[in-house]
Amino acid sequence: MYSTFKRTTAALALGVAMAAPAAAELTGDLRIFLDTSNPAPRATMEAMIERFGAQHPGLEIETTVIDREAYKTQIRNFLTADTPDVATWYAANRMKPYVEAGLFEDVSDLWAEPEIADNLASTKGALTIDGKQWGVPYTYYQWGVYYRKDIFDELGLSEPTTWEEELSNCQKIVDSGRACYTIGTKFLWTAGGWFDYLNMRTNGFDFHQQLANGEVSWEDDRVKQTFANWKQLIDMGAFIDNHQTYSWQEALPFMVNGEAAAYLMGNFAVAPLRDAGLTDDQLDFYQFVAINPDVELAEDAPTDTFHIPANASNKEAAREFLRFVVSADEQTEINNGANLGQLPVNAQSAVDDDKFLQQGFEMLSSNSPGGVAQFWDRDAPAEMAKVSMEGFQEFMVKPDNLDRILAKLERARERIYDN
Amino acid sequence: MTVAADASEQESWFHRNQQRIAPWLFLTPGMLFFLVYVIIPVFQSFNLSLYEWDGLGAAEYVGFRNYEDLYWEWVDRDAFYISMKNNLIWLILYLAAIPAGLFIALFLNQTVWGIRLYKSLFFFPFVISQVVVGLVFTWFYDPTFGLLNEFLGFFGLGPVNVLGDERFVTYGIIFAGLWPQTAYCMILYLTGLNAVDPEQIEAGRLDGAKGWKMLWHIIIPQLRPATFIAFVVTIIGALRSFDLISIMTQGGPFGSSRVLAYYMFEVALSEYGFRMGYGAAIAVILFLIMLCFIAYFLWSMYREEKGR
Repeated sequence: MYSTFKRTTAALALGVAMAAPAAAELTGDLRIFLDTSNPAPRATMEAMIERFGAQHPGLEIETTVIDREAYKTQIRNFLTADTPDVATWYAANRMKPYVEAGLFEDVSDLWAEPEIADNLASTKGALTIDGKQWGVPYTYYQWGVYYRKDIFDELGLSEPTTWEEELSNCQKIVDSGRACYTIGTKFLWTAGGWFDYLNMRTNGFDFHQQLANGEVSWEDDRVKQTFANWKQLIDMGAFIDNHQTYSWQEALPFMVNGEAAAYLMGNFAVAPLRDAGLTDDQLDFYQFVAINPDVELAEDAPTDTFHIPANASNKEAAREFLRFVVSADEQTEINNGANLGQLPVNAQSAVDDDKFLQQGFEMLSSNSPGGVAQFWDRDAPAEMAKVSMEGFQEFMVKPDNLDRILAKLERARERIYDN
Repeated sequence: MTVAADASEQESWFHRNQQRIAPWLFLTPGMLFFLVYVIIPVFQSFNLSLYEWDGLGAAEYVGFRNYEDLYWEWVDRDAFYISMKNNLIWLILYLAAIPAGLFIALFLNQTVWGIRLYKSLFFFPFVISQVVVGLVFTWFYDPTFGLLNEFLGFFGLGPVNVLGDERFVTYGIIFAGLWPQTAYCMILYLTGLNAVDPEQIEAGRLDGAKGWKMLWHIIIPQLRPATFIAFVVTIIGALRSFDLISIMTQGGPFGSSRVLAYYMFEVALSEYGFRMGYGAAIAVILFLIMLCFIAYFLWSMYREEKGR
């Protein structure tokens, strides 16, 4: 009681002294739950929260970092009981169950503020459900093809831009005794990335989203065309053998050792590739090629987000924290190469001068007119993502089973979306 | 006699009935926990399997639709069918741990210098965590760098991707599981062998029994209690196999190494799951299957006790 009183008077005194504008000094507790459990992101987040705390001395901030995988199941518990004031999560369909269950706070009011409305416009769609916004993004990263420039040089290849070039490049790589692409599909989602790109390039962003929303049959000819394109690569031996036994990290050595020439991955693959000894002279990046010239290029760029649980106790402080997180300076700081090494979401922020971040930023801001997708397992409902990614994996190992796989996915679609 | 009668007039009801009440008093905490954490959840699972629930919103009563879905998965030879089939393979092949354990026990049941060390080494796999067993075998099976393929290469046999091939994956995991399970059976038999009556062996020897005959007619009948326990733990172990699958393949490739326990976890609790009612329905089926075995075990134990 006493300490609260003291704090209030202190805040008042401060307020008077600095003649602060209407916003009163924040007090009370602010509990933040994070899933950024890897060392570098964890340190980044903790440093950011410290800076926020320094601006609001009256606030008692308590941060809990939970292992990223464990977080995915624990969030269901802590959103209902023992609720924090701020929690990290993912955009698009991945947040839908919580929005529908009324467990996330509607933060449309934040998005109405010009500071956010103008600078975060590009990610607004990913955070909108039923016309309202349910959180703010703090980082995103591009997907694309990371490749061994030295191998390309050796074989006299250049970055492809069309499907034909891609195929002929790949044929030359296969002829040289290598695989074109490394991939590890043990945890399924990597195959989802390939499907995203092949389907968006074959049928376009809108069709892709319709499929994710269950509005199109899996046995549609357009879907079959996507798989036919995929099969071209599989049949020529483009992918490494036994990928179904490897995780995405376990697939990295094939590229590092030069047994595979490229990797379709998110930008987070760059750090381990560099750690494994590849220099920036050996490693380069290109945008996934166009397949159907009639559709506009669209990209995968998953967005990580902050949300306020509906049961939070200090929503005022939580909103202030969200404003802080998306501010241009903080975005520049936390996403730079020394920290997250990803792309800032605020249009006023500066992108780190890392060559991959620069290329990715340019690609996303000027060369993806079709739109920006979140990723298959965030755009499609969880259940459909699971069943379909299992199908993609099976298809990559046994392409001849395609009809059976598509029939299975179609049955799953009928069951999953009808309620 | 008269003393007791006198005492009963003065002593309280509790003292008079102490003999009868005491066991129940000791049993109460255990029974209470068993009731709260086992019996009631069993019935809750039955109940939950009639609902559709994602763990967040309101549960919707759907009657037997979850079971109907399972039936169709069975007809379509889909996930449920594969899980059941793999469960059956586990059940049968896992039993190999019993004879294997017996023979290792017989082999180790000698008095040689350093035998304790050998016994410990054979018992070792049972002590280490299943997670470690799973990882070790995953590396062993690795198609590119694994020891298994190096070994096969010696004989000019082609590389085989055990965990990536839907034909071999279940057998590969069972083989990994047999390693610790054999050690478990071995320790059961080693203790059993301590209780073998030397006089009967002596008598058998006088009658000219040795080798296989001795084993079959004299030793094994006396190991019956150990065999029974080994049978029980192996059957239960096979039906609840989960951790190795989770570590080695996550049910893959494309779901071909699932068993019921893992499938239940997958649909109800994993990253893309949260169909609580459906998971409960799978759990109920698994429970019913286990119930057959448990009933059989209880019945044979009862018969055994009564026969004495």
